[in-house]
Amino acid sequence: MTISKPARLASVDGDAVVKEALRRIDRPSRRLFLQRSLTLGGLSLLTGCAIVDEDSAERALMSVSRFNDKVQAWLFDPTRLAPTYPEAMITRPFPFNAYYGEDEIRQVDADSYRLEVSGMVADRRVWTLAELQAMPQIDQVTRHICVEGWSAIGKWGGVSFSSFLRRVGADTSAKYVGFKCVDDYYTSIDMATALHPQTLLTLSYDGRPLPPRYGFPMKLRMPTKLGYKNPKHIQAIFVTNTYPGGYWEDQGYNWFGGS
Amino acid sequence: MKSDTRPIHPAWLRATHWLNALAVVVLAMSGWRIYDAAPLFDFRFAKALTLGGWLGGAIQWHFAAMWLLAANGLLYLLMNAFSGRFPARFLPLSPRAVLADLVAALRGQLPHADPRHYNAVQRAAYLFVIFDTALLVLSGLVLWKSVQFPLLRELTGGYETARRVHFFAMSALIAFVMVHLAMVALVPRTLLPMIRGH
Repeated sequence: MTISKPARLASVDGDAVVKEALRRIDRPSRRLFLQRSLTLGGLSLLTGCAIVDEDSAERALMSVSRFNDKVQAWLFDPTRLAPTYPEAMITRPFPFNAYYGEDEIRQVDADSYRLEVSGMVADRRVWTLAELQAMPQIDQVTRHICVEGWSAIGKWGGVSFSSFLRRVGADTSAKYVGFKCVDDYYTSIDMATALHPQTLLTLSYDGRPLPPRYGFPMKLRMPTKLGYKNPKHIQAIFVTNTYPGGYWEDQGYNWFGGS
Repeated sequence: MKSDTRPIHPAWLRATHWLNALAVVVLAMSGWRIYDAAPLFDFRFAKALTLGGWLGGAIQWHFAAMWLLAANGLLYLLMNAFSGRFPARFLPLSPRAVLADLVAALRGQLPHADPRHYNAVQRAAYLFVIFDTALLVLSGLVLWKSVQFPLLRELTGGYETARRVHFFAMSALIAFVMVHLAMVALVPRTLLPMIRGH
């Protein structure tokens, strides 16, 4: 499922198009994408030159995705809670999922771990794990829904993210909260979801410190968003009005990604 | 047969029919690619039958075509309701009539003289596919927004059940399309009126 996206053509001139096409065809994932999406030709959505049209189809799909972000922000009810479940319904073992395999799970040292909080916040500084653990903790048993379709129920515990944001004096009128992770993953969410009562700066799983496979020492858990919106091993949080994108989002996953 | 200059299928019906066909093809092919990312059952759809190239691309197609299906479907239902076409074409309908026409069809004795008249099997099949498409849309809404539509979520039995409802409703729609296409192949003169109206 890994795929990388090259920059788009700025304008169409013959040589550049051929060069670009050759470069693209060199990439196996790209070749697959071309093959698959060009079967679309038959759907009469695409007419004329294939390269240009594939690009414009992609652009059109991206703008529908941006439109879908807006619809989802509009549909999002900040007080509507995701269902919670009895502990007996927890999925065991809870599946591991990341953009890499289990052999590449990052090991983070608890003592040297620092969380950097920056951007539109009054209190820009670094946090230690002990400081996060000293804040009031809550836990919840909720359903994790993956963009692939599967779902699993787990129990996460930690600090209410809205109280953390208030504690650091975040400007809650800002649009985005962005995250950077030890495993080079990055993503960002809308402020409304950041302030949702079930959004959790998560430190524990099933009553124990968050294991490395689920994002030690800290992940963000949102039962109102798909799995890829829930970053693990977070080392930096920033509040901003500049769209930060995300690892999967930049490749075409929907940015809002909410449920 | 009395001569009737009105088109067999009005322009709005032909337009919504073909737009719906396009939406269904895109949704089915991209949906199969999404299914393949985490198969519910012990099989996958062949990649060549799918649309989007990868999961992210398939989701983009799926979540674009859903607007076409929903808007076009709504227009179809409203036009049917307000033009009076709905009762004229689909009523009356009884299980007995469906059975009688089904038996007649299997014996090759079902007349197709008047293309304005739907036999009872057609009526039942078209009503079924309308209902089935509505079920696809509603179960799809649960998959997309399970937190935001709690009533729909509970009615479809929760997220995981909604996945299965969505899958089987898709299967039923595909089964309808196969029979529908086979019928058009058997009675090809029904195709032109759906394109040019008469």
